[in-house]
Amino acid sequence: MSDVTAPTPPPEAKRRPGIAGILFAAFWAAVLLGILSYLYANWRPELFARYGFNYLEGLWVTVSLVLASFVIGAVLSLPVAFARTARSRFATVPAFAFVYFFRGTPLIAQLFLIYYGLGEFRPFFDSIGLWWFFRDAWYCALFAMTLNTAAYQAEIVRGAIDSVPRGQWEGGRSLGLSRPVIFARIIAPQAMIVALRPYANELILLIKGSAIVAIITVYDLFGVARQTFARTFDIQAYVWAAILYLLVVEVLRRLTNLAEARLTRHLKR
Amino acid sequence: MEAALDAFALLSFGDAGWGDEMASGLAVTAALALATLPGGLVIGFLLALAKQSSDRLLFHSANIYTTIFRGLPELLTLFLVYFGVNALLQSIAESSGVVDLALSRFQSGMIALGLVFSAFASEVFLSAFRAIPKGQYEGANALGLGKFATMRLVIFPQLVRIALPGLSNLWMILLKDTALVSVIGLEEILRQAQIASRVTREPFLFFGTAILLYLILTLASSVAIGGIERWSKRGEAAR
Repeated sequence: MSDVTAPTPPPEAKRRPGIAGILFAAFWAAVLLGILSYLYANWRPELFARYGFNYLEGLWVTVSLVLASFVIGAVLSLPVAFARTARSRFATVPAFAFVYFFRGTPLIAQLFLIYYGLGEFRPFFDSIGLWWFFRDAWYCALFAMTLNTAAYQAEIVRGAIDSVPRGQWEGGRSLGLSRPVIFARIIAPQAMIVALRPYANELILLIKGSAIVAIITVYDLFGVARQTFARTFDIQAYVWAAILYLLVVEVLRRLTNLAEARLTRHLKR
Repeated sequence: MEAALDAFALLSFGDAGWGDEMASGLAVTAALALATLPGGLVIGFLLALAKQSSDRLLFHSANIYTTIFRGLPELLTLFLVYFGVNALLQSIAESSGVVDLALSRFQSGMIALGLVFSAFASEVFLSAFRAIPKGQYEGANALGLGKFATMRLVIFPQLVRIALPGLSNLWMILLKDTALVSVIGLEEILRQAQIASRVTREPFLFFGTAILLYLILTLASSVAIGGIERWSKRGEAAR
């Protein structure tokens, strides 16, 4: 425990840059210089002409897959969240099992179980006419990601609704409002402020998690990078994908901050 | 009935069944997560200190670290380490001609998961630091404790208690992220399930088993974490 703190400057370090700061900054400078010089030395416009468009297409696959599963997952998460807080055991137990299963296991394992595992039951899916869905890697990815994010979002919704004080319900009732009206006009707006940041985090996690769909042959951004690397053996295939991912995530983070400032503007003094 | 018997035979230990392979995968998964944890915690803690520093270079460097490794997909970080760092090491080894440097799959997984874990852990530690009132530092100062003793005796015990829920969350994420290392061929749970299902043509059985093993790991973890949480709160009960 004691050697944990040893090599760092204490929290209230001096104004002038210390050794640790200089070393750390020098490390980043070296990394940046290394990447830039590598990109400069390996600058081949013909590769851009050949693969550049693929990257944009891959980015679009990533964005559309994430948005679709996030929105469908949001819709699915509502009944799950309500079932989690219901009084009846018949509602809470299955909802809890659903949430625990999808949050307690890796998304990649869920994806494999759906894409490879369900193939065993092809006669059954043929008979109910759903084989076209589970045969296709993109739909399987959508299916797995939707269920996964629904489980996470159910917990976000539950937490956000729980965070609104009971008195808000009681106040609404004393005004003679019905439960749905109280929920829609009083509870939901307050819960939304609490839920915004977790929702944004979940969206970012989903974008990052979506890279695994490349493993089941969906050509998302990561899939395109992998394909390009396999053809060129040039590590910059991954570097460009990394830059694009970082850009998307950073834009989302900025947008979240803006949205939060807007939603909480009545709380500012 | 027959299907159930088949499943038992396929999951049995020994030459015919895949039970021992799956069990060794479980051990590799647990080993990878456990091996990543200490380094990730230490680096995360140091980063949290750096983010509170008034030293501009240290502050910005630490923030760059979190921005990058929180924003990149874990799989991409893993590939950058496994292919990028290994290519770099190889070129160093070739130019110097001394030794053959290369990261194994396990080491690459450890480094990549450690980078991600420490980036998130630093944020958990940082908010825990902010939750500790200033009076704690002042009180320690009034008792004549040095900076180091203050950290060790006063701040750190409280920090652990506050950071524990966030850190246990990160541990669960780490446990699940080990499955990604199967993609570069490390023979952990998911990789073993993949091999077994390819040989036996029983993907549902083996991926289902893999998922059950992950559930067992997370279940065991939450029991263990509950114990640690009670232990960390033992001081509170006396008050």
